[in-house]
Amino acid sequence: MRLADEAEAQTLDARSRDLRRMVTDTMIKAGRGHLGPALSLIEILRVLYDSILAYRPQEPKWPDRDRFILSKGHGCLALYALLADKGFFPRVALDGFCSENSFLGGHPEALIPGVEASTGALGHGLAIGVGMALGGRLRKRRGRVFVLLGDGELDEGAVWESALAAAKHRLDELVALIDYNKLQSYGPVDQVLALEPLAEKWRAFGFAVTEVNGHDVAQLESVLSALPLAKGRPSAIICHTVKGKGVPMAENNPDWHHKNKLTADELAAVARALGDGP
Amino acid sequence: MRKAALAKVHALAARDANVVYIGSDPGAGTLDAMRREFPDRFFIEGISEAHILGMAAGLAMEGFVPYVNTIATFLTRRCYEQVAIDVALHHLPVRLIANGGGVVYAPLGPTHCAIEDIALMRAVPNMTVVCPADAGEMERFMDTTLDWPGPIYIRLAKGGDPKVTRPEHGFAIGRAVPLREGDDVLLVATGIATGRAVEAADRLAGQGVAVGVLHMPTVKPLDAPALCAWASRVGLIVTVEEHVRNGGLGSAVLEALSDAGELSGPVLRLALPDAFLHNYGSQDGLMARAGLTADGLVAQIEAALVRRSAPKGSGKR
Repeated sequence: MRLADEAEAQTLDARSRDLRRMVTDTMIKAGRGHLGPALSLIEILRVLYDSILAYRPQEPKWPDRDRFILSKGHGCLALYALLADKGFFPRVALDGFCSENSFLGGHPEALIPGVEASTGALGHGLAIGVGMALGGRLRKRRGRVFVLLGDGELDEGAVWESALAAAKHRLDELVALIDYNKLQSYGPVDQVLALEPLAEKWRAFGFAVTEVNGHDVAQLESVLSALPLAKGRPSAIICHTVKGKGVPMAENNPDWHHKNKLTADELAAVARALGDGP
Repeated sequence: MRKAALAKVHALAARDANVVYIGSDPGAGTLDAMRREFPDRFFIEGISEAHILGMAAGLAMEGFVPYVNTIATFLTRRCYEQVAIDVALHHLPVRLIANGGGVVYAPLGPTHCAIEDIALMRAVPNMTVVCPADAGEMERFMDTTLDWPGPIYIRLAKGGDPKVTRPEHGFAIGRAVPLREGDDVLLVATGIATGRAVEAADRLAGQGVAVGVLHMPTVKPLDAPALCAWASRVGLIVTVEEHVRNGGLGSAVLEALSDAGELSGPVLRLALPDAFLHNYGSQDGLMARAGLTADGLVAQIEAALVRRSAPKGSGKR
């Protein structure tokens, strides 16, 4: 079975559903949010924060932490859910999402505990990650740098400038994760600006590449716990995902890229898929 | 001035292990001495300014002080979003050393002439904008860059520019430097335009006009107190800059005077026209076309003084 088909078929366990409920509750309370782009990320972030990244929620700037940059900043609902779940800030802060006096906006800012860099304009995260990895090397620090990019984001030329640089510097402590949900704001990636052959592109730019089902927790854990993919080369992990994963009405549906308000039918569809909440 | 700035980067790197240099694709041999002494902190990253600014931000987030160096137009126009977001939004100590501010690259045409760089950089929150007048001032300024908390845009001139500042002037970011006293006219200038302003002031002094010169090496944050204290005493305020009329030093002076309630009459803004330049030749030639020589400044100031002294209503009918 193709990884994209596997991602479609993947069933979600209780933790994946709980995290999604945190995302949808936050979005519903705020009356807005990039829902589809957050729902495709949940398993990637869950595995990173549950099993892979080194971090200290009470000491977010701990020097030896692994760095994680959400370069596709519009997926921040998922990041906020994980950061709240891990205790970087209280869960109740999610209720303020996008409100005037909240520190949690529609794109993540570096002043949020656990957020390394302010992102939202696309195509910036990999360059910052290259700088962090070089800085870590100069400091003889052990931490790794993970950068999560969207597929639509790969339209930005700057991403590929940074890819060249990552390979030039042989940054095997740098990992690019690509949330390949195949749908950007306007429509299908292969119609807006085709990326295929995507794995070959990253390989040609000097990365060691692998592809996974981005909703398969065991597969993600297995790949992410055996990094780098190749010594002396940065890693690119293409995660085949489904935009809107977990809420069937939202899956692969560009109307759910950003939502302002959910209708009664849509609320019912979310509740059916994820339950009514804890 | 460029050599002075880059040599200082090397000296600062020797003083502080956090200093790194990042060039895009500079001339062969650029900072070879630093490359040999500190190869780990010397980066040549290729023609990829958007990437370089992000990489500099990443290094700065790890506690480094990156000095990024390429041609002024590429460092401003090409990667504006990276300057604004990666560097300035995070308030990082990245230094942007911009080769060829103004019309230094006159023979290379409008793609290389940085005629609106000050305006672009001045508009970015958290950014500091510094345009030294000569190599000596550049050296004194560079010594202050190690500990400045946010980003700095550093506008380089051609080199071999006349020395108009002296060691005793010292340097502090945000502080104006008075170079000539005089209360009939106040000339406010930045960068190499200051040298021309001083020359014009001296000529006008020979004609009995007392012209003060206030050099503004820091365009942002502007030394508004120094400006306003002097402005209140003079009959005519003139700004001089190698930059388009909109958004640069002249605009900054107008804004500061207006904000302080000290704007009592027109400010004569002598600058490049609001246009891309399609002539080549030399920096001096293009500045002369715009009236930015000592002769040109004198003539324009004299004309302004005549207009001011003419009784109201005596103009064209």
